[in-house]
Amino acid sequence: MAATASARLRPTRSATGFLRRSPLVMFLLKRLLQAVIVLFCVATVAFFVIRISGDPVKALLPEGATISQERTLRHSLGYDRPLIVQYLTYLKGLLHLDFGQSVFFQQPALDVILNRLPATIRLAAAALVFALVVAIPAGIVSAVRRGRATDSSVMAAVLVGQSTPAFFVGIVLILVFAVELRVLPASGTGGFEHLILPAITLGLYSAAMIARLLRSSLIDVLGEDHIRTAKAKGLSPLRVIFANGLRNAALPVITIVGLEIGSLLGGAILTEQVFSWPGVGQLTVQAISNRDYPLVQATVLFLAIVFVGVNLIVDILYAFLDPRVRLS
Amino acid sequence: MSISADTTMVGASEPVSPGLVARSSFAHAVRIALRRNKVAQVAVVILILVVLVGIFGPLIAPHDPSAQDLTARLKPPFWLHGHAPGHLLGTDNLGRDVLSRVIYGTRISLLVGVAATLMSGVIGALLGMVCGYYRGWVDTVFMRLADIQLSFPTILLALVIVAVLGPSLWFVILVLGATGWVSYARVIRAEVLSLRSREFVTAARALGVSDLQIMWRHLRPNVFAPLVTIGTLQIAAMIVAEASLSYLGLGVPPTVPTWGGMLATGQLYLRSAWWISVFSGVGILLTTLSINVTGDMLRDVADPKAYR
Repeated sequence: MAATASARLRPTRSATGFLRRSPLVMFLLKRLLQAVIVLFCVATVAFFVIRISGDPVKALLPEGATISQERTLRHSLGYDRPLIVQYLTYLKGLLHLDFGQSVFFQQPALDVILNRLPATIRLAAAALVFALVVAIPAGIVSAVRRGRATDSSVMAAVLVGQSTPAFFVGIVLILVFAVELRVLPASGTGGFEHLILPAITLGLYSAAMIARLLRSSLIDVLGEDHIRTAKAKGLSPLRVIFANGLRNAALPVITIVGLEIGSLLGGAILTEQVFSWPGVGQLTVQAISNRDYPLVQATVLFLAIVFVGVNLIVDILYAFLDPRVRLS
Repeated sequence: MSISADTTMVGASEPVSPGLVARSSFAHAVRIALRRNKVAQVAVVILILVVLVGIFGPLIAPHDPSAQDLTARLKPPFWLHGHAPGHLLGTDNLGRDVLSRVIYGTRISLLVGVAATLMSGVIGALLGMVCGYYRGWVDTVFMRLADIQLSFPTILLALVIVAVLGPSLWFVILVLGATGWVSYARVIRAEVLSLRSREFVTAARALGVSDLQIMWRHLRPNVFAPLVTIGTLQIAAMIVAEASLSYLGLGVPPTVPTWGGMLATGQLYLRSAWWISVFSGVGILLTTLSINVTGDMLRDVADPKAYR
């Protein structure tokens, strides 16, 4: 405490001195540095994990390949160089956005991933819309009618939503809407109807979480004095809930929604697999079963970048909105 | 400034006395909560049934889970027309008994869930205790590591590690167990940080009790409640993680009957034999749901303020 106070008393001499003393800038730098460290760790772990598996070259070759074929492939992939050289080359490539070369697709891994990215974004956006459309009314109703039957049924639904794995939700939805009722397609992409089941599957967990958080946050706020005052002034109950209650309950919910965007984009592997949705998650599983290790490495790092990047943006926005965060 | 805040906070939820009192009062509080909470009673009963099925699986399973009967493939459960006698919940694409496979799948799920939870619980509790008690550079290093791990979906790395090492039950347990320590470490550390300045710890130290003794005899019983709470909820998360890996075909070897693996097979036959995937999915759902309800009840008892 004393050190900061004396630092503040000293006149600022240079621009860097000014920057160092601005809590917001320090906060941003700290978060940025942390994000870079996380990504560096993920890149490193992904690199070495794939190499402890033994020999990726052997896994790539068909049975009965000759030694010279093996040598050619090894050389063309750069696996004949010392491990540390491979690692440094890999890191250097990452700085130039070079994620390596996909063995299966015979093109840069990043291009393969970027091809699949729009599908993943479309699915995540639809899932988020679904989650919000379901969770906001559910959370409000359950907070306002706390302890009654409506609240209990919403909370029961939340619990089921949080306990069911995405792939089971997906399979049940396919069974009901594609196999039995035949109203929606079971897999693939195309029009809007292809998006409905995957979006519900992916968004269900987020919906449950957001509804639960909104409920508890709103219950907190509705118990505060200013709400009592508003009610005592004779404002209509709806107005109290929306104008006074929701506005104050929104901040923690907005943070979670932001963080959920990261998980929706980076965590759609199962949902994409259930519905054969041609996104980055399904690409990861494909790359694993094709033993396309450079592509596996690239997709894992890419999903990590998306996840960490979205969280970083949310944190920064949050710091601008709520000064208490950056000062703590 | 933090000492007074911590004391009041802990004082509200935990008795000030050291040792086994904290533990038995937690058990007592759980019994009272259970008596009031009807839903939790149902959940605990279901959970006990699931565990019994897991333990006595080989005794109650009507068939060998991998015995194939190609003359009785894709037969429906007993209440539907055309069912095969002796196969209560029908058969799968190779004529294997679905009920027996669901029962054996319970064993795998519970084994992975419990073993991985125990492993991450021990690692996390030890690290949390050491970080909170000694603080210093150990604390800094491991809490940074926890931050890093929390800011990344570890299931993605688990996926790659298991995929690369090859399908194996033990790899799945090891990988899930090694990545699950963070939540324990953080909570236990916070508890220990506030406990270490309390009178009974100071008194023990003044009497010359060694650090290890203090941690084992005086701190451990006091972090019991949060440990059990996180552990319970984590078993469900671990079961879902194992089922996810098995669903993707990357978990345990495909010959082992697992709920995730059955869901994946069942999806291929969804149009002709919905029972393969639905019953294994119901197994997962019943287990995770009853664990989560029980865990929520424990959390309400351990920390009445956290109702999220």
